Amino acid sequence: MVAVRDVSLTIAPGSFFTLLGPSGSGKTTTLMMVAGFAYPTRGEVFVDGKPMAALPPQKRDLGMVFQSYAVFPHLTVFDNVAFPLQIRKTSRLEILHRVGAALELVRLTGYEQRLPRQLSGGEQQRVALARALVFRPRVLLMDEPLGALDKKLRTHMQLELKHIQQHLHVTVIYVTHDQEEALTMSDCVAVMQGGGIEQVGPPAELYDRPASRFVADFLGESNFLDAVAVSANGEGRWRCRAAGGLEFYGVGAVPIEAGQPITAAVRPEKLVQAEDAGAAALGPGANTCKGLVEEAIYVGDATRYRVGLGADGTVTIKVPNRVGARPPATGAAVVLAWSPEDTRLFPRVAA
Amino acid sequence: MRSMEGRETRRHLLLLLPALLVLALLFAYPLLGIVNRSVYKAGYTLQFYRQIFRIPVYLQVLAATFKVSAVVTIVCLVLGYPLAYVLATRRPRTAQLLMIIVVLPFFTSIIVRTYAWMVLLGRNGIVNQYLMALGFTDKPLPLLYNQAGVVIGMSYVLLPYMVLTVYSVMRGIDPGLVRAAHSLGASRMQAFGRVFLPLSLPGIAGGTLLVFILSLGFFITPALMGGPGDMMIAMLIEREVEITLNWSFASALAVVLLALTLIGFAGYNRIVRLERIFEGRG
Repeated sequence: MVAVRDVSLTIAPGSFFTLLGPSGSGKTTTLMMVAGFAYPTRGEVFVDGKPMAALPPQKRDLGMVFQSYAVFPHLTVFDNVAFPLQIRKTSRLEILHRVGAALELVRLTGYEQRLPRQLSGGEQQRVALARALVFRPRVLLMDEPLGALDKKLRTHMQLELKHIQQHLHVTVIYVTHDQEEALTMSDCVAVMQGGGIEQVGPPAELYDRPASRFVADFLGESNFLDAVAVSANGEGRWRCRAAGGLEFYGVGAVPIEAGQPITAAVRPEKLVQAEDAGAAALGPGANTCKGLVEEAIYVGDATRYRVGLGADGTVTIKVPNRVGARPPATGAAVVLAWSPEDTRLFPRVAA
Repeated sequence: MRSMEGRETRRHLLLLLPALLVLALLFAYPLLGIVNRSVYKAGYTLQFYRQIFRIPVYLQVLAATFKVSAVVTIVCLVLGYPLAYVLATRRPRTAQLLMIIVVLPFFTSIIVRTYAWMVLLGRNGIVNQYLMALGFTDKPLPLLYNQAGVVIGMSYVLLPYMVLTVYSVMRGIDPGLVRAAHSLGASRMQAFGRVFLPLSLPGIAGGTLLVFILSLGFFITPALMGGPGDMMIAMLIEREVEITLNWSFASALAVVLLALTLIGFAGYNRIVRLERIFEGRG
């Protein structure tokens, strides 16, 4: 069985790089090949231009944080963090100094003599992080390190990780299935699926200009409308017609031909009501459609409306709950507007 | 909360009750009888204990018992630890097969197995035949009816206890910890010495203790495979019961054996905190 096929990535030094994908997409296998715990049948891994494939994990000098923390249960916090330095025969004085600095970095000063079982999950994860950083590895590999933490702590740790990474200028390769986490922390994200790479780019580019339907669906949320590409207008925009006759303009994510069945993807927050202030900014070229509010779902900072477009389909829109907002009632008729730029067209694959 | 905990405790006691009753009836009561007999013969006396510690032969038997037990324990540890390591770290399919091989001897009577060893180790046994055929030795090696025979036989019988105890602790060690050690720069030896070995110590402690205590009271194997000079304390007790019919002296010997075992247990407990064995992942 092939877990990863034809993956080729270049990661800039000092950047925060994330491998994002659902389980079974090959992201962890890719990371393990970098770490040396899995060997590629073909291909090579280079770190600083040096080939790695012939080296066992312990000779690669890469820091690694595991999902299960893997903090040594029989060693104190101090001894855990000192472990890589003792292996490298660092002098006692320097160990003292560097372990202290590493624990300060993850804000665990004063925990030196505790045993892992006396620590919370978040604290154990910080120990693992300090341990992986203390020997100043060239690259820090992280395999879903925050997966076991609750949401609030996870959000907090995301920011902290990002700050630490920026502070140390260390290259991080991060594996996660959580798209929000990937968007928050990364300089660059590679979306993986089925053992291959779907798209690589900075978070905003991936979010705003997904290259495939999978990326549009997996990263954030998208409304999908089935339609047919009618004609190109010369500026790279396509006039499309949906099943119910709705016409709109969109941008092809990949080259498209006239008459081709396509799926159009639009983010819920890019759809605005025509009478809203935001709609004016779209200008005269905006797409519009009429619909009926079928359902309103209150999510706190925003309200999501399911809007039926008749035979054209159904879309979800997301409206921030601002001061003075006049939310449409269920059953009300609304006019929606959105930019052709925010309409990504993908060739439709026969289901 | 308090009352709920109380109820929980009471329920636990209820579950323990049958076992406690059986133990009290079949273990504690006869034990008290033995203790009583060891100081009573037509009036209370300590003469039997004095006899043990005054006559050198008995002390020699005690010393021999401890020595054989210690050697057997070390042999079991040296053979059993690597085996348990393979069992705990290899792929499940291989491990399962090896495990069956380890446990299989338990299904045969210890007497049958001991006789089998006697056939193998005798002057004209298979082992000696091969050793001579291969030119390792000119005349048969004395492998039976001496201490070597006792150690071979006992180690064989007790090895599974060591393997299973060590294995159960090793299985609880997260393989991710060894990988973490590698990722931090530790070689195979370093990862083993600094991470795996210390985490498997409770297993070593438990297995060593178990084998040593079982060795102290061993009877069949030393009786069949040992020579006249290899008497162990259990055999001495048997002789006092069966031949000299000196039950009070036999009782005193049994109490001494029990006391020494308990002392060993307590001493061990101080070195390696035994709770860790039962705590699983320390």
